Amino acid sequence: MFKIENLTRIYNTGNTQVKALDGVSIDIDTADIFGIIGMSGAGKSTLLRCMGMLDRPDEGSIEIDGVDVLSVTPRQLIEVRKQIGTVFQGYNLLMQKTVAKNIAFPLELSNTPKEDIHKRVTELLELVGLSDKAQSYPSQLSGGQKQRVAIARALAVNPKVLLCDEPTSALDPLTTRSILSLLKEINQKYSVTIVIITHEIGVVRSICNKVAVIDNSVVVEQGETKAVFESPRSPVTRQLLNMGGDTL
Amino acid sequence: MNLQTLIDYAPMLGQGTLETLYMTVVSVLFSYILGLPLGVLVVITGKNSLASMPKFNAVLGWIVNIGRSIPFIILMVALIPFTRMVVGKSIGSTAACVPLIIGAAPFVARLVETSLEELDYGVIEAAKAMGATNWQIIYKVMLPEAVPSLVRGVSIATITLIGYSAMAGAVGGGGLGDIAIRYGYHRYEYEVMLITIVLLVIIVQVIQSIFNLVARRIDKRNR
Repeated sequence: MFKIENLTRIYNTGNTQVKALDGVSIDIDTADIFGIIGMSGAGKSTLLRCMGMLDRPDEGSIEIDGVDVLSVTPRQLIEVRKQIGTVFQGYNLLMQKTVAKNIAFPLELSNTPKEDIHKRVTELLELVGLSDKAQSYPSQLSGGQKQRVAIARALAVNPKVLLCDEPTSALDPLTTRSILSLLKEINQKYSVTIVIITHEIGVVRSICNKVAVIDNSVVVEQGETKAVFESPRSPVTRQLLNMGGDTL
Repeated sequence: MNLQTLIDYAPMLGQGTLETLYMTVVSVLFSYILGLPLGVLVVITGKNSLASMPKFNAVLGWIVNIGRSIPFIILMVALIPFTRMVVGKSIGSTAACVPLIIGAAPFVARLVETSLEELDYGVIEAAKAMGATNWQIIYKVMLPEAVPSLVRGVSIATITLIGYSAMAGAVGGGGLGDIAIRYGYHRYEYEVMLITIVLLVIIVQVIQSIFNLVARRIDKRNR
Protein backbone atom coordinates (compact mmCIF):
# COMPACT_ATOMS: atom_id res chain seq x y z
CA MET A 1 0.00 0.00 0.00
CA PHE A 2 2.95 2.29 0.66
CA LYS A 3 5.37 2.12 -2.24
CA ILE A 4 8.51 4.18 -2.14
CA GLU A 5 10.79 4.17 -5.11
CA ASN A 6 14.22 5.58 -5.61
CA LEU A 7 13.77 8.36 -3.05
CA THR A 8 16.57 10.90 -2.92
CA ARG A 9 16.71 13.91 -0.66
CA ILE A 10 19.57 16.37 -0.77
CA TYR A 11 20.06 19.11 1.80
CA ASN A 12 22.08 22.18 1.00
CA THR A 13 23.98 23.36 4.02
CA GLY A 14 26.01 26.35 2.99
CA ASN A 15 28.29 25.21 0.19
CA THR A 16 28.16 21.52 0.90
CA GLN A 17 25.45 19.13 -0.20
CA VAL A 18 24.32 16.35 2.08
CA LYS A 19 22.53 13.35 0.64
CA ALA A 20 20.16 12.34 3.45
CA LEU A 21 18.50 9.73 1.26
CA ASP A 22 20.07 8.11 -1.76
CA GLY A 23 17.83 6.01 -3.98
CA VAL A 24 15.74 4.51 -1.20
CA SER A 25 13.07 2.00 -2.24
CA ILE A 26 10.72 0.40 0.26
CA ASP A 27 7.59 -1.63 -0.25
CA ILE A 28 5.08 -1.80 2.59
CA ASP A 29 1.97 -3.97 2.44
CA THR A 30 -1.36 -3.30 4.14
CA ALA A 31 -1.38 -4.27 7.83
CA ASP A 32 2.39 -4.64 7.98
CA ILE A 33 4.25 -3.46 11.02
CA PHE A 34 7.27 -2.25 9.18
CA GLY A 35 10.44 -1.38 11.04
CA ILE A 36 12.99 1.03 9.64
CA ILE A 37 16.14 0.70 11.64
CA GLY A 38 19.50 2.41 11.48
CA MET A 39 22.05 4.36 13.44
CA SER A 40 21.63 8.05 14.19
CA GLY A 41 22.11 10.15 11.09
CA ALA A 42 21.46 7.26 8.72
CA GLY A 43 18.52 9.09 7.10
CA LYS A 44 15.62 7.43 8.94
CA SER A 45 13.92 10.60 10.05
CA THR A 46 14.24 12.21 6.63
CA LEU A 47 12.61 9.14 5.14
CA LEU A 48 9.76 9.32 7.62
CA ARG A 49 9.31 13.06 7.02
CA CYS A 50 9.06 12.37 3.29
CA MET A 51 6.56 9.58 3.91
CA GLY A 52 4.48 11.87 6.11
CA MET A 53 4.49 14.61 3.44
CA LEU A 54 6.33 16.96 5.76
CA ASP A 55 9.32 17.07 3.46
CA ARG A 56 9.61 16.72 -0.28
CA PRO A 57 12.14 14.38 -1.84
CA ASP A 58 14.27 15.72 -4.69
CA GLU A 59 13.82 12.54 -6.70
CA GLY A 60 11.76 9.39 -6.64
CA SER A 61 8.11 8.55 -6.09
CA ILE A 62 5.78 7.76 -3.23
CA GLU A 63 2.55 5.89 -3.85
CA ILE A 64 -0.19 5.26 -1.32
CA ASP A 65 -2.72 2.71 -2.54
CA GLY A 66 -1.69 3.42 -6.09
CA VAL A 67 -1.98 7.21 -5.79
CA ASP A 68 1.13 9.19 -6.60
CA VAL A 69 1.08 11.51 -3.60
CA LEU A 70 3.97 13.68 -4.75
CA SER A 71 2.04 15.13 -7.67
CA VAL A 72 -1.10 16.23 -5.81
CA THR A 73 -2.29 19.82 -5.46
CA PRO A 74 -1.76 21.62 -2.12
CA ARG A 75 -5.45 21.13 -1.33
CA GLN A 76 -5.25 17.40 -1.98
CA LEU A 77 -2.03 17.26 0.01
CA ILE A 78 -3.99 18.17 3.13
CA GLU A 79 -6.30 15.21 2.46
CA VAL A 80 -3.33 12.90 1.89
CA ARG A 81 -1.83 13.96 5.23
CA LYS A 82 -5.09 13.00 6.93
CA GLN A 83 -4.65 9.43 5.72
CA ILE A 84 -1.32 9.29 7.50
CA GLY A 85 -1.16 9.45 11.30
CA THR A 86 2.16 10.45 12.78
CA VAL A 87 3.54 9.76 16.24
CA PHE A 88 6.63 11.67 17.24
CA GLN A 89 9.41 10.91 19.69
CA GLY A 90 8.75 14.18 21.50
CA TYR A 91 4.96 13.56 21.60
CA ASN A 92 4.25 17.09 20.29
CA LEU A 93 1.01 17.45 22.22
CA LEU A 94 -0.82 20.73 22.66
CA MET A 95 0.28 21.71 26.15
CA GLN A 96 -2.60 24.11 26.79
CA LYS A 97 -5.32 21.60 25.92
CA THR A 98 -6.69 18.65 27.85
CA VAL A 99 -6.03 15.06 26.81
CA ALA A 100 -9.55 14.83 25.37
CA LYS A 101 -9.08 18.07 23.43
CA ASN A 102 -5.75 16.86 22.07
CA ILE A 103 -7.35 13.71 20.73
CA ALA A 104 -10.27 15.72 19.36
CA PHE A 105 -7.92 18.11 17.55
CA PRO A 106 -7.57 16.29 14.20
CA LEU A 107 -11.34 15.73 14.19
CA GLU A 108 -11.96 19.44 14.73
CA LEU A 109 -9.67 20.17 11.82
CA SER A 110 -12.00 18.26 9.53
CA ASN A 111 -15.09 19.88 11.06
CA THR A 112 -16.48 16.66 12.51
CA PRO A 113 -19.83 17.16 14.32
CA LYS A 114 -19.48 17.60 18.09
CA GLU A 115 -21.36 14.42 19.10
CA ASP A 116 -19.22 12.34 16.75
CA ILE A 117 -16.06 13.86 18.20
CA HIS A 118 -17.17 13.05 21.72
CA LYS A 119 -17.97 9.47 20.79
CA ARG A 120 -14.71 8.91 18.98
CA VAL A 121 -12.62 10.50 21.75
CA THR A 122 -14.26 8.29 24.39
CA GLU A 123 -13.56 5.26 22.22
CA LEU A 124 -9.92 6.18 21.72
CA LEU A 125 -9.35 7.01 25.38
CA GLU A 126 -10.57 3.53 26.21
CA LEU A 127 -8.35 1.98 23.54
CA VAL A 128 -5.21 3.61 24.96
CA GLY A 129 -6.31 3.03 28.56
CA LEU A 130 -6.57 6.66 29.61
CA SER A 131 -10.30 7.09 30.16
CA ASP A 132 -9.65 8.56 33.61
CA LYS A 133 -7.25 11.17 32.20
CA ALA A 134 -9.61 12.83 29.73
CA GLN A 135 -9.61 16.14 31.59
CA SER A 136 -5.91 16.09 32.54
CA TYR A 137 -3.31 18.24 30.81
CA PRO A 138 -0.22 16.74 29.13
CA SER A 139 2.07 18.21 31.80
CA GLN A 140 0.30 16.01 34.35
CA LEU A 141 1.09 12.79 32.47
CA SER A 142 4.10 10.49 32.37
CA GLY A 143 6.06 9.99 29.14
CA GLY A 144 4.29 6.73 28.38
CA GLN A 145 0.89 8.29 28.94
CA LYS A 146 1.79 11.23 26.70
CA GLN A 147 2.76 8.83 23.95
CA ARG A 148 -0.57 7.02 24.38
CA VAL A 149 -2.37 10.32 23.91
CA ALA A 150 -0.26 10.99 20.82
CA ILE A 151 -1.16 7.56 19.43
CA ALA A 152 -4.87 8.11 20.13
CA ARG A 153 -4.66 11.49 18.43
CA ALA A 154 -2.94 10.03 15.38
CA LEU A 155 -5.66 7.38 15.11
CA ALA A 156 -8.58 9.76 15.50
CA VAL A 157 -9.31 10.23 11.82
CA ASN A 158 -8.87 6.53 10.98
CA PRO A 159 -5.66 6.85 8.99
CA LYS A 160 -4.56 4.10 6.65
CA VAL A 161 -1.07 4.19 8.03
CA LEU A 162 0.54 5.16 11.30
CA LEU A 163 4.06 6.56 11.06
CA CYS A 164 6.00 6.37 14.31
CA ASP A 165 9.23 8.30 14.65
CA GLU A 166 11.27 6.75 17.46
CA PRO A 167 8.07 6.36 19.50
CA THR A 168 9.75 4.67 22.43
CA SER A 169 13.21 6.19 22.43
CA ALA A 170 12.45 8.51 25.32
CA LEU A 171 10.77 5.80 27.40
CA ASP A 172 11.98 3.20 29.88
CA PRO A 173 11.94 -0.50 28.89
CA LEU A 174 8.74 -1.31 30.72
CA THR A 175 6.84 1.60 29.21
CA THR A 176 8.37 0.81 25.83
CA ARG A 177 6.93 -2.69 26.04
CA SER A 178 3.45 -1.41 26.87
CA ILE A 179 3.52 1.12 24.02
CA LEU A 180 4.66 -1.57 21.59
CA SER A 181 1.91 -3.94 22.65
CA LEU A 182 -0.58 -1.11 22.21
CA LEU A 183 0.69 -0.57 18.66
CA LYS A 184 0.41 -4.28 17.97
CA GLU A 185 -3.12 -4.34 19.32
CA ILE A 186 -4.08 -1.41 17.10
CA ASN A 187 -2.54 -3.12 14.11
CA GLN A 188 -4.46 -6.34 14.71
CA LYS A 189 -7.75 -4.71 15.64
CA TYR A 190 -7.97 -2.16 12.85
CA SER A 191 -5.54 -3.54 10.24
CA VAL A 192 -3.75 -0.19 10.30
CA THR A 193 -0.39 -0.33 8.60
CA ILE A 194 2.33 0.79 11.01
CA VAL A 195 5.76 2.10 10.15
CA ILE A 196 8.21 2.41 13.01
CA ILE A 197 11.48 4.27 12.79
CA THR A 198 13.88 3.18 15.47
CA HIS A 199 17.48 2.57 16.42
CA GLU A 200 16.54 -0.15 18.90
CA ILE A 201 16.73 -3.65 17.47
CA GLY A 202 14.51 -4.89 20.30
CA VAL A 203 11.61 -2.80 19.00
CA VAL A 204 11.84 -4.38 15.56
CA ARG A 205 12.29 -7.84 16.99
CA SER A 206 9.26 -7.61 19.24
CA ILE A 207 6.63 -6.26 16.86
CA CYS A 208 7.78 -5.73 13.27
CA ASN A 209 6.97 -8.41 10.71
CA LYS A 210 9.16 -6.67 8.15
CA VAL A 211 12.25 -4.55 8.42
CA ALA A 212 14.45 -2.29 6.33
CA VAL A 213 17.95 -1.52 7.51
CA ILE A 214 19.14 1.88 6.50
CA ASP A 215 22.74 3.02 6.62
CA ASN A 216 24.43 6.05 5.16
CA SER A 217 21.27 7.16 3.34
CA VAL A 218 20.88 3.80 1.62
CA VAL A 219 18.68 0.78 2.37
CA VAL A 220 21.20 -2.01 2.86
CA GLU A 221 18.71 -4.81 3.28
CA GLN A 222 15.01 -5.40 3.77
CA GLY A 223 12.53 -8.22 4.09
CA GLU A 224 10.78 -10.37 6.67
CA THR A 225 12.23 -9.57 10.09
CA LYS A 226 12.91 -13.21 10.82
CA ALA A 227 14.80 -13.83 7.62
CA VAL A 228 16.82 -10.63 7.85
CA PHE A 229 17.82 -11.16 11.46
CA GLU A 230 18.62 -14.86 11.02
CA SER A 231 21.04 -14.31 8.21
CA PRO A 232 22.07 -10.64 8.18
CA ARG A 233 23.97 -9.77 5.05
CA SER A 234 25.21 -6.31 5.87
CA PRO A 235 27.75 -5.38 8.55
CA VAL A 236 25.41 -2.70 9.95
CA THR A 237 22.65 -5.22 10.59
CA ARG A 238 25.13 -7.45 12.37
CA GLN A 239 26.35 -4.52 14.38
CA LEU A 240 22.80 -3.54 15.38
CA LEU A 241 22.02 -7.15 16.30
CA ASN A 242 25.07 -7.31 18.52
CA MET A 243 24.21 -4.11 20.31
CA GLY A 244 20.84 -4.95 21.73
CA GLY A 245 19.81 -8.42 20.74
CA ASP A 246 17.27 -8.93 23.48
CA THR A 247 13.60 -8.98 22.75
CA LEU A 248 11.84 -6.25 24.68
CA MET B 1 1.86 66.10 53.78
CA ASN B 2 -1.08 68.37 54.31
CA LEU B 3 -4.36 66.48 54.52
CA GLN B 4 -6.24 69.52 53.28
CA THR B 5 -4.21 69.45 50.02
CA LEU B 6 -5.21 65.88 49.52
CA ILE B 7 -8.89 66.62 50.05
CA ASP B 8 -8.77 69.69 47.82
CA TYR B 9 -7.16 67.86 44.97
CA ALA B 10 -8.93 64.52 45.40
CA PRO B 11 -11.58 65.07 42.68
CA MET B 12 -8.94 66.18 40.20
CA LEU B 13 -6.66 63.25 41.06
CA GLY B 14 -9.57 60.84 40.72
CA GLN B 15 -10.39 62.31 37.34
CA GLY B 16 -6.73 62.06 36.33
CA THR B 17 -6.56 58.42 37.39
CA LEU B 18 -9.65 57.62 35.34
CA GLU B 19 -8.22 59.41 32.34
CA THR B 20 -4.95 57.51 32.63
CA LEU B 21 -6.80 54.21 32.87
CA TYR B 22 -9.04 55.16 29.96
CA MET B 23 -6.09 56.03 27.72
CA THR B 24 -4.29 52.87 28.73
CA VAL B 25 -7.19 50.50 28.17
CA VAL B 26 -8.21 52.01 24.84
CA SER B 27 -4.67 52.16 23.50
CA VAL B 28 -3.81 48.62 24.67
CA LEU B 29 -6.95 47.31 23.01
CA PHE B 30 -6.38 49.03 19.69
CA SER B 31 -2.62 48.52 19.61
CA TYR B 32 -3.33 44.77 19.88
CA ILE B 33 -5.92 44.96 17.12
CA LEU B 34 -3.11 46.32 14.92
CA GLY B 35 -0.10 44.65 16.54
CA LEU B 36 -1.37 41.09 16.96
CA PRO B 37 -1.97 40.41 13.25
CA LEU B 38 1.24 42.25 12.43
CA GLY B 39 3.21 40.06 14.86
CA VAL B 40 1.62 36.89 13.47
CA LEU B 41 2.46 38.03 9.95
CA VAL B 42 6.08 38.67 10.92
CA VAL B 43 6.34 35.15 12.36
CA ILE B 44 4.66 33.18 9.60
CA THR B 45 6.51 34.94 6.78
CA GLY B 46 9.83 34.32 8.51
CA LYS B 47 12.46 31.82 7.45
CA ASN B 48 11.33 28.17 7.55
CA SER B 49 7.89 29.14 8.77
CA LEU B 50 4.37 28.46 7.51
CA ALA B 51 4.29 30.98 4.70
CA SER B 52 7.92 31.90 4.26
CA MET B 53 8.30 35.13 2.27
CA PRO B 54 11.78 36.49 3.00
CA LYS B 55 11.43 39.77 1.10
CA PHE B 56 8.02 40.64 2.49
CA ASN B 57 9.27 39.65 5.93
CA ALA B 58 12.23 42.00 5.62
CA VAL B 59 9.93 44.87 4.62
CA LEU B 60 7.65 44.16 7.58
CA GLY B 61 10.66 44.07 9.89
CA TRP B 62 11.73 47.45 8.58
CA ILE B 63 8.30 48.98 9.12
CA VAL B 64 8.16 47.67 12.67
CA ASN B 65 11.67 48.91 13.42
CA ILE B 66 10.96 52.36 12.02
CA GLY B 67 7.81 52.54 14.13
CA ARG B 68 9.78 51.59 17.20
CA SER B 69 12.64 54.00 16.65
CA ILE B 70 10.61 57.22 16.52
CA PRO B 71 10.65 58.80 19.98
CA PHE B 72 7.09 58.88 21.31
CA ILE B 73 7.09 62.60 22.05
CA ILE B 74 8.04 63.34 18.42
CA LEU B 75 5.45 60.87 17.12
CA MET B 76 2.80 62.57 19.21
CA VAL B 77 3.51 66.00 17.74
CA ALA B 78 4.00 64.71 14.21
CA LEU B 79 0.66 62.92 14.30
CA ILE B 80 -1.37 65.96 15.35
CA PRO B 81 -2.92 66.51 11.88
CA PHE B 82 -3.75 62.82 11.60
CA THR B 83 -5.21 62.77 15.12
CA ARG B 84 -7.40 65.75 14.28
CA MET B 85 -8.59 63.92 11.19
CA VAL B 86 -9.48 60.77 13.15
CA VAL B 87 -11.05 62.12 16.37
CA GLY B 88 -11.77 65.69 15.36
CA LYS B 89 -9.45 67.30 17.92
CA SER B 90 -5.86 67.08 19.07
CA ILE B 91 -6.31 67.75 22.78
CA GLY B 92 -7.71 65.47 25.46
CA SER B 93 -7.50 61.82 26.44
CA THR B 94 -9.21 60.44 23.36
CA ALA B 95 -6.92 62.40 21.08
CA ALA B 96 -3.90 61.13 23.01
CA CYS B 97 -4.97 57.56 22.24
CA VAL B 98 -4.20 57.96 18.54
CA PRO B 99 -0.42 58.41 18.87
CA LEU B 100 -0.40 55.95 21.77
CA ILE B 101 -1.93 53.25 19.57
CA ILE B 102 0.31 53.98 16.60
CA GLY B 103 3.37 54.17 18.81
CA ALA B 104 2.58 50.94 20.64
CA ALA B 105 1.42 48.76 17.71
CA PRO B 106 4.95 47.94 16.44
CA PHE B 107 6.05 47.28 20.01
CA VAL B 108 3.09 44.95 20.47
CA ALA B 109 3.97 43.22 17.18
CA ARG B 110 7.43 42.43 18.57
CA LEU B 111 5.96 41.16 21.84
CA VAL B 112 3.61 38.87 19.92
CA GLU B 113 6.46 37.74 17.71
CA THR B 114 8.57 36.81 20.74
CA SER B 115 5.69 34.85 22.29
CA LEU B 116 5.05 32.89 19.11
CA GLU B 117 8.73 32.20 18.43
CA GLU B 118 8.97 30.53 21.84
CA LEU B 119 6.62 27.77 20.69
CA ASP B 120 8.01 24.31 20.11
CA TYR B 121 8.11 23.83 16.35
CA GLY B 122 7.29 20.14 16.84
CA VAL B 123 3.73 21.01 17.79
CA ILE B 124 3.27 23.06 14.64
CA GLU B 125 4.73 20.25 12.57
CA ALA B 126 2.40 17.75 14.26
CA ALA B 127 -0.57 19.92 13.31
CA LYS B 128 0.72 20.09 9.76
CA ALA B 129 1.07 16.31 9.69
CA MET B 130 -2.57 16.05 10.77
CA GLY B 131 -3.62 18.04 7.75
CA ALA B 132 -4.13 21.44 9.36
CA THR B 133 -4.22 24.39 6.99
CA ASN B 134 -1.92 27.33 7.74
CA TRP B 135 -4.90 29.31 8.98
CA GLN B 136 -5.89 26.48 11.34
CA ILE B 137 -2.33 26.25 12.60
CA ILE B 138 -2.38 29.96 13.46
CA TYR B 139 -5.67 30.12 15.30
CA LYS B 140 -5.92 26.59 16.65
CA VAL B 141 -2.30 25.92 17.55
CA MET B 142 0.02 28.91 17.64
CA LEU B 143 -2.20 31.48 19.32
CA PRO B 144 -3.86 29.17 21.91
CA GLU B 145 -0.55 27.54 22.82
CA ALA B 146 1.07 30.95 23.27
CA VAL B 147 -1.71 32.44 25.41
CA PRO B 148 0.16 32.49 28.75
CA SER B 149 3.12 34.17 27.08
CA LEU B 150 0.83 36.55 25.17
CA VAL B 151 -0.83 37.54 28.45
CA ARG B 152 2.57 38.37 29.93
CA GLY B 153 3.17 40.45 26.82
CA VAL B 154 -0.08 42.34 27.43
CA SER B 155 1.13 43.24 30.92
CA ILE B 156 4.36 44.66 29.50
CA ALA B 157 2.44 46.60 26.84
CA THR B 158 -0.03 47.92 29.41
CA ILE B 159 2.62 49.19 31.78
CA THR B 160 4.62 50.72 28.95
CA LEU B 161 1.47 52.47 27.77
CA ILE B 162 0.80 53.86 31.24
CA GLY B 163 4.23 55.47 31.03
CA TYR B 164 3.56 56.77 27.52
CA SER B 165 0.15 58.10 28.54
CA ALA B 166 1.84 60.16 31.26
CA MET B 167 3.99 61.63 28.52
CA ALA B 168 0.87 62.40 26.52
CA GLY B 169 -0.08 64.64 29.44
CA ALA B 170 2.69 67.00 28.34
CA VAL B 171 0.73 67.94 25.23
CA GLY B 172 -2.68 68.22 26.84
CA GLY B 173 -3.65 64.60 26.89
CA GLY B 174 -4.99 64.68 30.41
CA GLY B 175 -4.39 61.96 32.97
CA LEU B 176 -2.02 61.75 35.92
CA GLY B 177 1.01 62.72 33.83
CA ASP B 178 -0.73 65.94 32.87
CA ILE B 179 -1.42 66.76 36.53
CA ALA B 180 2.15 65.95 37.54
CA ILE B 181 3.54 68.30 34.92
CA ARG B 182 1.08 71.15 35.48
CA TYR B 183 1.16 71.17 39.27
CA GLY B 184 4.51 69.66 40.08
CA TYR B 185 6.65 71.05 37.33
CA HIS B 186 5.03 74.33 36.40
CA ARG B 187 3.62 75.39 39.78
CA TYR B 188 6.16 73.80 42.09
CA GLU B 189 3.43 71.98 44.01
CA TYR B 190 5.54 68.99 44.78
CA GLU B 191 2.94 67.36 47.03
CA VAL B 192 0.55 66.95 44.14
CA MET B 193 3.30 65.58 41.97
CA LEU B 194 4.23 63.13 44.68
CA ILE B 195 0.66 61.92 44.97
CA THR B 196 0.40 61.34 41.22
CA ILE B 197 3.61 59.33 41.32
CA VAL B 198 2.30 57.24 44.20
CA LEU B 199 -0.93 56.66 42.29
CA LEU B 200 1.00 55.59 39.19
CA VAL B 201 3.14 53.21 41.24
CA ILE B 202 0.03 51.65 42.76
CA ILE B 203 -1.62 51.26 39.35
CA VAL B 204 1.46 49.59 37.90
CA GLN B 205 1.85 47.25 40.86
CA VAL B 206 -1.78 46.19 40.78
CA ILE B 207 -1.77 45.58 37.05
CA GLN B 208 1.46 43.60 37.17
CA SER B 209 0.21 41.43 40.04
CA ILE B 210 -3.08 40.70 38.33
CA PHE B 211 -1.42 39.76 35.06
CA ASN B 212 1.16 37.56 36.79
CA LEU B 213 -1.59 35.74 38.62
CA VAL B 214 -3.69 35.27 35.49
CA ALA B 215 -0.72 34.13 33.40
CA ARG B 216 0.21 31.54 36.00
CA ARG B 217 -3.36 30.32 36.43
CA ILE B 218 -4.05 29.79 32.75
CA ASP B 219 -0.72 28.17 31.92
CA LYS B 220 -1.47 24.44 31.81
CA ARG B 221 2.21 23.61 31.61
CA ASN B 222 2.28 24.17 35.37
CA ARG B 223 1.13 21.07 37.15
